[in-house]
Amino acid sequence: MQIKQELTERHVLTLTVDNEAGTLARIAGMFTSRGYNIDSLTVADISEDHTTSRITIVTKGPPPVIDQIIAQCERLIPVHKVTDLTEAGPHVERELALVKVNGTGDQRVEAMRLADIYRARVIDATVNSFIFEITGGPDKIDTFVTLMREVGLVEVGRTGIVGLMRGAGVS
Amino acid sequence: MPEKSGAEILIDILVEQGVDTVFGYPGGAVLPIYDALFQQKKIKHVLVRHEAGAAHAAEGYARATGKPGVVLVTSGPGATNAVTGIADAFMDSIPLIVLTGQVATNLIGSDAFQEADTVGITRHCSKHNYLVKDPAELATIVREAFSIATKGRPGPVVIDIPKNVQVATASTDVKRPARTRFTYAGEADYAEINRAVELIANAKAPILYTGGGIINSGPAASEALRELAELTGAPVTSTLMGLGAYPASGDAWLGMLGMHGTYEANMAMNQCDVMVCLGARFDDRVTGRLDAFSPDSVKIHVDIDRSSMNKTVRVDLPIVADVGTAMRQMIDVWKGRKYKKQSLEDWWARIAGWRAVDCLSYPGSTQEIMPQYAIERLFEATKDKSPIISTEVGQHQMWAAQHFHFDAPNKWLTSGGLGTMGYGLPAAIGAQLGNPNALVIDIAGEASIQMNIQEMATATQYRLPVKVFILNNEWMGMVRQWQELTYESRYSESYSDSLPDFVALAEAYGWKGIRCDDPAKLDDAIAEMLAYDGPVMFDCRVHKTSNCFPMIPSGAAHTDMILNADQVSGTMDDEAKALV
Ligand SMILES: Cc1cc2nc3c(=O)[nH]c(=O)nc-3n(C[C@H](O)[C@H](O)[C@H](O)COP(=O)(O)OP(=O)(O)OC[C@H]3O[C@@H](n4cnc5c(N)ncnc54)[C@H](O)[C@@H]3O)c2cc1C
Ligand SMILES: Cc1ncc(C[n+]2csc(CCOP(=O)(O)OP(=O)(O)O)c2C)c(N)n1
Repeated sequence: MQIKQELTERHVLTLTVDNEAGTLARIAGMFTSRGYNIDSLTVADISEDHTTSRITIVTKGPPPVIDQIIAQCERLIPVHKVTDLTEAGPHVERELALVKVNGTGDQRVEAMRLADIYRARVIDATVNSFIFEITGGPDKIDTFVTLMREVGLVEVGRTGIVGLMRGAGVS
Repeated sequence: MPEKSGAEILIDILVEQGVDTVFGYPGGAVLPIYDALFQQKKIKHVLVRHEAGAAHAAEGYARATGKPGVVLVTSGPGATNAVTGIADAFMDSIPLIVLTGQVATNLIGSDAFQEADTVGITRHCSKHNYLVKDPAELATIVREAFSIATKGRPGPVVIDIPKNVQVATASTDVKRPARTRFTYAGEADYAEINRAVELIANAKAPILYTGGGIINSGPAASEALRELAELTGAPVTSTLMGLGAYPASGDAWLGMLGMHGTYEANMAMNQCDVMVCLGARFDDRVTGRLDAFSPDSVKIHVDIDRSSMNKTVRVDLPIVADVGTAMRQMIDVWKGRKYKKQSLEDWWARIAGWRAVDCLSYPGSTQEIMPQYAIERLFEATKDKSPIISTEVGQHQMWAAQHFHFDAPNKWLTSGGLGTMGYGLPAAIGAQLGNPNALVIDIAGEASIQMNIQEMATATQYRLPVKVFILNNEWMGMVRQWQELTYESRYSESYSDSLPDFVALAEAYGWKGIRCDDPAKLDDAIAEMLAYDGPVMFDCRVHKTSNCFPMIPSGAAHTDMILNADQVSGTMDDEAKALV
């Protein structure tokens, strides 16, 4: 007997949640306990009075599963609002990565040149290393990281995605 | 400013919320609360014999009274013992407030004595949970917990209270408003109701598929269901959890549907053209093979929880609302628009054909008590007393669902979603406490009853006249049945060996014990049980290897029901074996 796999879609969800102990565990744990995927998750306080946080989750699943994920998130008491940015229409997604590249000579020059093309900034440098800071959509960062592997990448840190709807609307 | 301890504040708020009964078991981390309980008279504490018993008793109390059940247990093992009951209540949408003691806040995380991460353990089997860190928060939290447990889709809420928070004091002056961050559906959108009524009114073969949500919604929802069925002339079936919402004596009743449901209910679900799902959740026990589930019907689904929509079965018209309110709206629209009841003659004629199969018939015996016969006789002997029936889990549970008939809601207490053996006796105890004058019977199996048998002492202590009616077939019958049907009768570990003498056991606990193995004497023995003013354990020795039919085997369609033992092949393919 084979275990069946289904075709999946990538969706970016944003959640407005109460900023209280256990909220993140509740959401992340709900994903694991129901077998949903989390590709990335970011969370930060976004309100003046520190009572509300915004969570951005990138997830994958067949469309009915995505719909269930949203409904299951909405069921959680500290979750006030869930928006599926992917469904909501035009939106921007950004992620920040720090990329450390070690090397000397030509390799180092090439790393600098590529960083320039990708508009990555140098935020730390020694004679045999750089740390680049790059911001962009996930594809851009993926490509940049892949290229940097060729020229001496030793370490990378990524924030995960945050997103907002384009135009005046709020999610 | 007047100050009170956390424990005293807790008791005050419980009283304010209308709590009169708490099911619990003491221990170090809840001693301050037990001391506060000792010094008041408004709340009755019922001492169980195991914390699982406390949680199931609270479930039984809740299901039978419609009020939330309250549990009080200590930290560590007290809380972990209660987890099965919490998970059970979560699956079956039962409102519970579970108060657990916790080690002092400064000790949390230090592997202190009897420390367990109760909030972590119960996070995904409760509707919500809290760790209270300050007695000043207690009132707000407990109030919010009651509202969360009882409103919308009900469920268990756990409040973990560290010992120092129970002892420390806080001002009782400040009247904090209850938080209102929790919203839930109420009335349905009239456009959706109009559309639903139109679909039902024009259907040639409609069916009302009802579930536990109607019981959750309250007695008014059962009233509305009866009226809706009458107005539309549609047949009614129910899940295991919804039994009693529509009277089994009603003309439109088809019996339970699903794996062990009736032939007529399952065939009608399969062949209907408009299915109206009212507070049920398309459970796998109900749908059978999904791609063959009612393939040609338009499906309307009324449920208060958006996540129940399209979870397993895609529906055409989802209506997120309280089912009682939505049915009332449907009735208003139906009457307002002066719809006429359709004759539906052809549909009922087809149903009559399915009914004629007489799917619940079973081979009779004059030598042995057939388990189905035992339930029938129990029903006949008690039906005028409007009994409350709880069950354990297994064949006896299904036979009770098939052969005991319910005419009112809140009379049927069973563990459906989690299927917890050991549920029935404590649930009966809880129900009896909530309904002191009712006849309460736990229909049990000899294996299940042993899982919470210690609760017999609770019944003795509080003089609760519960009856335990054991269909003793000396097997974990349901497991044995599956092994017979799926594993070529390799009966791996399913024999109930070394059974206690249930009559002697009853007497040891101060109960009356009755044994019967003769169908001719059964009625008298049941009468003797009912005549006894006190708890009775009835060891009903039944035919040992009866199977529960009809049955839709795993992975099969509604139309592939096994109606009797002759149709059993004895094995299944791996796909079917992998399904539960
Ligand atoms: C051995 C065994 C065999 C079983 N065999 C069968 C079988 O043959 N047939 C069968 O039916 N079951 C069977 N079950 C039970 C089954 O596992 C499920 O528990 C049951 O089918 C679920 O019932 P339900 O759909 O009514 O949902 P429930 O679990 O009762 O859920 C209620 C639904 O109603 C909603 N709701 C709650 N309150 C409201 C409200 N106020 N308004 C609107 N909606 C509301 C909830 O959101 C939820 O979706 C069996 C269980 C066991 C242990
Ligand atoms: C706590 C728990 N453990 C195991 C099971 C699996 N199980 C389901 S029915 C059953 C057998 C029940 O036997 P018994 O109580 O004698 O009832 P019968 O089926 O014979 O009527 C078992 C072991 C369960 N439902 N719950």
